Amino acid sequence: MTLSMFQAIDQIDQIFVTSQHRLVSDLPAEFQSISSAILSVIAIVLVFALLFAITTVLERKGLGRMQNRYGPNRVGPCGFFQPLADGVKSLTKEDLVPRTADQLVHFLAPVLLVMAAFLAYAVLPVGRNMVLVNLNAGVLYFFAVGSLVELAVFMAGWSSRNKYSLLGAMRAIAQMISYEVPLVLASIVVIMAAGSLSTVSIVDMQASYTGIWPHWFVFTPWGFAGFALFMIAATAESNRSPFDLPEGESEIIAGYYIEYSGFKFALFFLGEYLGMFATSAMAITLFLGGWAAPFSFLTWIPSYLWFFAKLVLLILIFIWIRGTLPRLRMDQLMSFAWQFMLPMTLLNLFVAGVWHFMPAGIVRWLVCIALLVAPAILLSRSLKQGKKFAVRHYRFAE
Amino acid sequence: MTVTFLILAALTLAGTVAAMAMRNLIHCVLALTLGFAGLAALYLLLGAQFVGFTQVLVYVGAVAILAVFVIMMTQSAGPAMQPIFSSFWMTGSVVAAAVFVVLAWAICRSGFASQVLPPPVEAAVHPIGDALMHGYVLPLEIMGLLLTAAMIGAVVLAMHEKRRTP
Amino acid sequence: MFGEGILKGLAETARNFFGSYVSKDRLTTVQFPEQRLPQIEAARNFPFLVYDGEDWQQGMRCVSCFICEKECPPKCIFIEKSTDKKPDAVGKPQFYPKVFNIDVSVCMSCQICVEVCPFDAIKMDVAFEHSTNNRFAGLLWDKKELAKPNEYYRQIHPIEAAAVDAALAEERAKVAAKAKAAADAKAAAIAAAAASTSVEVATEK
Repeated sequence: MTLSMFQAIDQIDQIFVTSQHRLVSDLPAEFQSISSAILSVIAIVLVFALLFAITTVLERKGLGRMQNRYGPNRVGPCGFFQPLADGVKSLTKEDLVPRTADQLVHFLAPVLLVMAAFLAYAVLPVGRNMVLVNLNAGVLYFFAVGSLVELAVFMAGWSSRNKYSLLGAMRAIAQMISYEVPLVLASIVVIMAAGSLSTVSIVDMQASYTGIWPHWFVFTPWGFAGFALFMIAATAESNRSPFDLPEGESEIIAGYYIEYSGFKFALFFLGEYLGMFATSAMAITLFLGGWAAPFSFLTWIPSYLWFFAKLVLLILIFIWIRGTLPRLRMDQLMSFAWQFMLPMTLLNLFVAGVWHFMPAGIVRWLVCIALLVAPAILLSRSLKQGKKFAVRHYRFAE
Repeated sequence: MTVTFLILAALTLAGTVAAMAMRNLIHCVLALTLGFAGLAALYLLLGAQFVGFTQVLVYVGAVAILAVFVIMMTQSAGPAMQPIFSSFWMTGSVVAAAVFVVLAWAICRSGFASQVLPPPVEAAVHPIGDALMHGYVLPLEIMGLLLTAAMIGAVVLAMHEKRRTP
Repeated sequence: MFGEGILKGLAETARNFFGSYVSKDRLTTVQFPEQRLPQIEAARNFPFLVYDGEDWQQGMRCVSCFICEKECPPKCIFIEKSTDKKPDAVGKPQFYPKVFNIDVSVCMSCQICVEVCPFDAIKMDVAFEHSTNNRFAGLLWDKKELAKPNEYYRQIHPIEAAAVDAALAEERAKVAAKAKAAADAKAAAIAAAAASTSVEVATEK
């Protein structure tokens, strides 16, 4: 390859960065930073809202096919304009607020939810040099704004004055608090390895290659275990099936957003999906090398395309799991979080330390894998042994 | 004293005052959360990213939720009926004023106000981590032990008492 | 192994997903407005009034006997009897309904009116794609809206309609035979009378 080709590839890779610079360079100096920030924010809001629209239709079609149905196929070619119709519908629907509801809190809850979901995108590097703010404590910031979601969920559930919504909110908060612990603990291994809380430097560390193979953290024993644990916890954090108890359509109808209609309902939906994208993007950043290409000979493909390819892949896995697994029971959910996830993430921290201090080689691999797999099997065996699988008897339902 | 500081200070104050003045306890907690968030933003304004985000993570994400749960589990529905000002408001304000005077006197005496402040440094995560893991590792461990003991105690208290068979 | 069940489930859904693109018989959905399943014989929705022949008013089988109105559990039928008579399905002169209304917002499709009707005048329809923008008048169907030809009945319930037609034909034949017998008797009587008068006339002469 010639030098000009390298330049061309680099230009395509950086096209959004340079065009943003060009757009703001004409402005007076004091407005430049703020206008470039506004441009980035608009880009983030537009791109991820569009991704939300695409995901809803993909999810409905994918789930349909998994159940041998067609899925939406009426609006536009193959039903791909369905989100447009849904958007128009939710905008034109009546906005009902229960008379006994706490009007202000009821209004603020969806706003806070979507705001918190969008705030998380500030530290996610979607491409080379493409991050809104490179915070020193980026990962910490991500989890901090993630915890705002719990507050929004509580506000929605409490202000609706509905027993189902309160039940849903209680479930959601219990679940989110329980699974936030393994989520954070699973990501700490990466922070230990990278020695930084900045998302940009975490990705930079993974964006180099040995031969053709990348240095992603998922290709280590603790990284793989951490990724798996992180994704399980992320599924629970974003209230996705099989951890969708807070919504549980068949038991508490829609959980904390039962009393929301029209566009506020759509906002809840948007916030939920944005949360799912954000945690998936965080998993990509921490374990799957962010915007880095999977092989060194594929680096000519622009970095943002790699990022979104990985994101879409994770979303498809989420949809696949939703189409497969049934919903857990509340006690199963809680015991899974505290009896399996928490010990395994703590063990994973230990394994990451072992990996750090052992000399590189095949022995290190074997020791770390053994340290992870054997306790996992033993733990799941012992958890299973305590359970008696017998016909259940109910006090009132019989 | 920038505009940002003024806005954030006003927000924090408004939140905390509302937390004291509101009738509905849940509203109080939500207002207090606003105060916490304002405080976190003030930390960020001072360049203390780690402290600011930890403030959000711990206070907004956990403490506020905990308070809400405690209120909902202990208190029956509806706002409390007693008046906002207690009958001891005179005594209370005198005590508060006395505390304020003592604190202000102590601060003024310390020569803190006249001191020339060093230029603020960006408090990165690294030095905090270094300090916690080297200089203050023993206090950190003791804190961890204490919290674990407290948690185990709470679990023991909350556990079902098994009926003892004779 | 733990996690085995999850993997099996994932494999199953993946097989469904790709299989639905390969084999069409996996997709059992009927794309409704374009594709329709054939109606089964016993399908029913709301009642309608059967008429014979071309003119719906002349051929209406209903004789306004009020049995269906009385039997209807939700009381959704309203009938007003006529003052004059017209020949019914089998040819006897009968009253006919001046007003026959069914409130389909009340009707519960129980088919009791059909069971009790001795004249096979009311039958269950299968048309289900109804709509109106007036929830009171639009749901109150009058005699004209309810009247449907016997050919339509044969089309939607062929077996049932054949039996009804056979029974009616028998009835009609009986009535016709009776009428013929009566006419014959009358003619015979007239002839006999005429004969006797002629005989008398003859004897007088």
